[in-house]
Amino acid sequence: MSVYLKRMGVVLGAAVLSAVALSAQAADPFKVGFIYVGPVGDHGWTYRHDVGRKALETEFGEGVETTFVESVPEGADAERVIRKLASSGHNLIFTTSFGFMNPTLKVAKDFPDVKFEHATGYKRTDNVSTYGARFYEGRAVIGTMAGMMTKSNIVGYIGSFPIPEVVRGINAFTIAMRKVNPDAEVKVVWVNSWYDPGKEADAAKALIDQGADIITQHTDSPAPLQVAEERGVYGFGQASDMSAFAPKSQLTSIIDNWDAYYVDRTRAAMDGSWASMDTWGGIKSGMVSFPEYSADVPDDVKEAAEVVRDGIIGGTLHPFQGPVLNQAGEEILPAGEVMDDGTLLGMNFYVQGVQGDLPK
Amino acid sequence: MIALQRRADPSRLMGYLAPLLALLITLLAGLILFAILGVPVGAAFYSFFVEPVSNLYGVAELAVKAAPLVIIGVALSIGFRAQVWNIGAEGQLILGAITGAAVALLFYEVDVWYVLPLMMLASVAGGMAWAAIPALLKTRFNVNEILTSLMLTYVAVLLLSWLVSGPMRDPDGFNFPESRLFHDAALLPRILDGTRLHLGAVVALGVVVAGWVLLSRTLLGFALRVNGAAPRAGAHAGFNQSKLIWIALLLGGGCAGLAGLFEVAGPIGQLLPSISPGYGFTAIIVAFLGRLHPVGVLFASLVMALSYLGGETAQITLNLPLAVTGVFQGMLLFFLLATDVLINYRVVLK
Amino acid sequence: MNETLMLTVLTIITAATPLVYAALGELVVERAGVLNLGVEGMMLGGAVCSFAVAHYSGSATLGIVAGLLAGMLLALIFAFLTLSLQSSQVATGLALTIFGIGISALIGQSLVGIAFAGLPALHIPWLSDLPIVGRLLFSHDVLVYGSFLMVALVAWFLNRTRAGLVLRAVGDSHHAAHALGIRVVRVRYLATLFGGACAGLGGAYLSLVYTPMWSENMSAGRGWIALALVVFSVWQPGRLLLGAYLFGGISILQLHGQALGINVPSQLMSMLPYLTTILVLVLISRDRGRIRRNAPASIGQAFHPTT
Repeated sequence: MSVYLKRMGVVLGAAVLSAVALSAQAADPFKVGFIYVGPVGDHGWTYRHDVGRKALETEFGEGVETTFVESVPEGADAERVIRKLASSGHNLIFTTSFGFMNPTLKVAKDFPDVKFEHATGYKRTDNVSTYGARFYEGRAVIGTMAGMMTKSNIVGYIGSFPIPEVVRGINAFTIAMRKVNPDAEVKVVWVNSWYDPGKEADAAKALIDQGADIITQHTDSPAPLQVAEERGVYGFGQASDMSAFAPKSQLTSIIDNWDAYYVDRTRAAMDGSWASMDTWGGIKSGMVSFPEYSADVPDDVKEAAEVVRDGIIGGTLHPFQGPVLNQAGEEILPAGEVMDDGTLLGMNFYVQGVQGDLPK
Repeated sequence: MIALQRRADPSRLMGYLAPLLALLITLLAGLILFAILGVPVGAAFYSFFVEPVSNLYGVAELAVKAAPLVIIGVALSIGFRAQVWNIGAEGQLILGAITGAAVALLFYEVDVWYVLPLMMLASVAGGMAWAAIPALLKTRFNVNEILTSLMLTYVAVLLLSWLVSGPMRDPDGFNFPESRLFHDAALLPRILDGTRLHLGAVVALGVVVAGWVLLSRTLLGFALRVNGAAPRAGAHAGFNQSKLIWIALLLGGGCAGLAGLFEVAGPIGQLLPSISPGYGFTAIIVAFLGRLHPVGVLFASLVMALSYLGGETAQITLNLPLAVTGVFQGMLLFFLLATDVLINYRVVLK
Repeated sequence: MNETLMLTVLTIITAATPLVYAALGELVVERAGVLNLGVEGMMLGGAVCSFAVAHYSGSATLGIVAGLLAGMLLALIFAFLTLSLQSSQVATGLALTIFGIGISALIGQSLVGIAFAGLPALHIPWLSDLPIVGRLLFSHDVLVYGSFLMVALVAWFLNRTRAGLVLRAVGDSHHAAHALGIRVVRVRYLATLFGGACAGLGGAYLSLVYTPMWSENMSAGRGWIALALVVFSVWQPGRLLLGAYLFGGISILQLHGQALGINVPSQLMSMLPYLTTILVLVLISRDRGRIRRNAPASIGQAFHPTT
C-alpha cells in the first residue's frame, strides 16, 4: 500500500489521498481475484461464478476483498490480467475458463506464494489447483426425466462446441434416457457459440420442428427454454434456475453451484491449509444442484429422478456404468465396470442413441 | 452562431494540441461519469492512464498489445488511402495464425533455426491468400470488398474452431480444442527479460517506417494516394486500378497474417479457438484515429492499447465493471475524433 | 404444405426481421452518403431501453418507442460528430459500437435474469384463420408487419417522392446538391436519425420478441450482418428484404441440416450463410453498370459547405 501511495502522491489531489489512506487503516483483507471469460450479465456460466464470488463476501464480510475482471478474451490478454491480479496483492485467484489454463500456469510459476484455482482444466502444479463439476451427473438425472416424458421419442440437444465436456453431457443424458426408454433418440444441433440467444432460440425451433418434444441445452442463455415455453414443449435449464423464463416448460435445471467450493478454498487459503488438488465435484458435493421440479412433472418421473440422484450421491449408480455401447452398437465398456475419469475427461465419441456423427 | 471555417492548410499546432484537448474533455466527462457512479475521479484516471504503464512490465505489455494494432493499422491505412476497404483484417489475422501454426506443428520438436522464418512466411502467405479472395472477386466480378472481407472473417473464425477441435488438436490434450504448445524453436524470442516483449514490437516499428517510406517516397505510394483521390488518374503512374486493389489487399492481408503469427508464436504459444480480441477491427479505428498516417497510427495504437490496459486495471483496483470501461473508452474515442476538427477548421463566430 | 415446412418459414421470418430493420435504416443512411458502422451499438441500445421500459411500464408499445428513441439518441451522437464536427465516419461508427456495447451493459445491469412475456401475435380476424396462409402471413406480431411496411415505405420514399430524390442527390454528390440549395447537413442528420431509429427497432425486436429478455451483447454481431446486407442489396430496399431472408433462411436451414444428421462438421455448416451471401453477391455484382447506378457516390465522405 505504501508504494501505491508514493506513486500516487504527486499525481493526485488530497481528497483521493485521504480516501486511500482511510481504507489503508483497516486490517488488510484477504484478497481473492476472479477472471471471467464472459460478462457477469450473461445469466449463464460467468454469472454463476460471480454468484460464487458474492458468496465469499457474504461469508467473510470485511475479512475478504474480492476483485473480478470480466470478458477477458482467451488469448494473449489472459496472462496479463492474471499477472496483474497476482502482482496487486491477491492471495488467491480463480481463473474460470478452460482457455486460461496455460496462462494460469505461466503466471503461477512466477508467483509461488499466490494460490491459483483453474476451472475445467487438467494441468496442476504446487500452487495451481484445478476444479470442475461433474455436470454429467446432472445430465443423467434429466436424461431419465426426458426418457419418461417424451412422447415423440425424439429429444433435442443444443450443443455449443463439440468438446469433451459437452459430448460427455450428451452421452450421460442419452444413456440415462435409454435406460428408461430404449426407443428414444437424441438429435444434436451445434450452434458454435456458448452464448448467442438468437441462434440458440433458432436451434431450439429447428429441433422442435423436427419432432423433438423435449429440449435440453449446453449453451448459456435461457432463449431455448423461452422457445420451449412458447411452443408448448418441455425443456431443462442450464447453469441457473431459468423457471422465470419458462415457468411451465422448465422441468428442472442443472445449476452450477460454486458457492461452497469458493468458500471452502478461500478459508483453506486463509488458514494455511490450502494444498494443490483436483476437485471434480458433483451432486454429492453440491456443485451440481437442482431447483424445484415444475408442477408438470408426474410423480413417477419425480421418483425415478430422485432414485438416480440418490444413487449417484450414494455411489451406487454411475452415469457411465457398463455396458456402454457406441453408436455402432459395439460394447466399449463391459457390464459391471465404471468408466475411468481419464476416458470421461477426453470423451470424443457418441454412445448409442445419439443421432448423427460427432463432428471431428 | 458558431461556424466552422476551413483552414487553407491543416494546423500543425492543432495537430499536437487537439489530442491534449481531447484528453482534457475526456477528463471533464470522466469527472461527471465517475461522480455519478460514485467512483473517486482521481483514482479512476490514475488507474486508466498511469498505473498500467507505471513499471517496465507495464510498458512492455503496452507494446505487446499495441504491436498487432500498429502492424495491421499501418497496412490498412495504406489501403484505405487507395479507397480499398478491407475490413476483414481479423479474418486474415486468423488465417495467418493458422498457416503459421501449421508450420510450427509440422516441425514439432525439430530444432532448426529456419522454423520461425518459415512460420512467418507461411503466415504472410496465409493472410495474403485470405485477402486474395476479396481482391479476386473485386477485380474479376466487381464484388464489394467490404462485404466479402467481413463475411470471410466469420468463415475464418469457424475454420479455426474446426481445425483446433479436429485436425490440429493436441493429441495429448484430452481432446480439448487447442493445439500443442509450440516448442522453443517455434516461439518468438523475447527481447526484454522479465517481460513478454517480443520480436513483434520491433517489426511493428519497422512497419511504421516502411509504411511511411512507401507512402511518401515511392511511386507506388503516390499511385495509391492518387487512386484514392481520383481513381482513374492512378493509371498515369503506371498502376491500373486492379493492380492497386490487389496490392492494397495483399498488403493488408500479409501484415494481418504476420500479426496473427506474432500472437500465437509470441504471448500465446499455441493455437487456440480464440486468438485475437478483435485486433483486426480495432486496427480500423486506429487507422482512422491516426489519420491514415503511419506515425499517427503508431500513436493511435498506443492510446487504444492503453485504454484496454486501463480498463483491466480499473476493474481490478476500483471494481469498475467492464461496462463503465466501454462507456469511458467510447467517450475517449469520440473526443479524440471530435477535436480533430480543429486541425482542419477554424471555429469562428458568425 | 406440411407443418414442419411452415414452422420453418415462421422461424426464418423471426430470424430475418431484426436484420431487415437494422439494414433498412442503414440503407437510407448510406443513400444519403453517410456510412454509420455503429449499427451493432445502436441495436444494443435499442434492445436494452425497450426491454427496460417494457418491463417497468408493462407496455410493449412504450418499449418499442423507447427502443426507437434510444437508437436515435445514439445516432445523434454520431451525426453531431461526423456531420457537425467532420470526424471520420468509419472511426466514429466503430467508436459508437464500443460505446453502445458499454452503455447498454451499464443500463442493463439490473435487468439480467428478468423475464418478459413478449409481444403478442396480432391475430387478424378471419384472415389468420385461413389455412396455411393464415398462419404464414396473418398471425405475426406488429413488428413483423412493420418491417414489411417499412420496406415498402422506404422504397416508395426513395424512388417516388421529391424528398427521396433530394436524399439521393445528397448521397450522390453533396456539392451538386449544395449548389442546388439543398441543405446537405440537415438531410444527412435526418437520414442518420432514421437509421438510428430503425436499428433501435431491430434491437427492440431482439429483446421483446426474438428472445424476450435482456442479456449483455445479445445482438451477437447482427449489426455487422445488417451492414453487410446493405452492400448486398445494392442499396435497393426490395433486394435488402431478399438478402435478409436469404441469410436468415440459410442460417435456419443449416440448423435443420444438422438436426437431420448430415455428416458435415458443424463449423463448416455454420459457414454456409456467409458463403452463400458471397456467392449470391458474385452472381449479382457481375453487372457493373447496375452497381454504379445505385451506389451512393459520396458515401463516407465528409461534407462542409466551404470545401
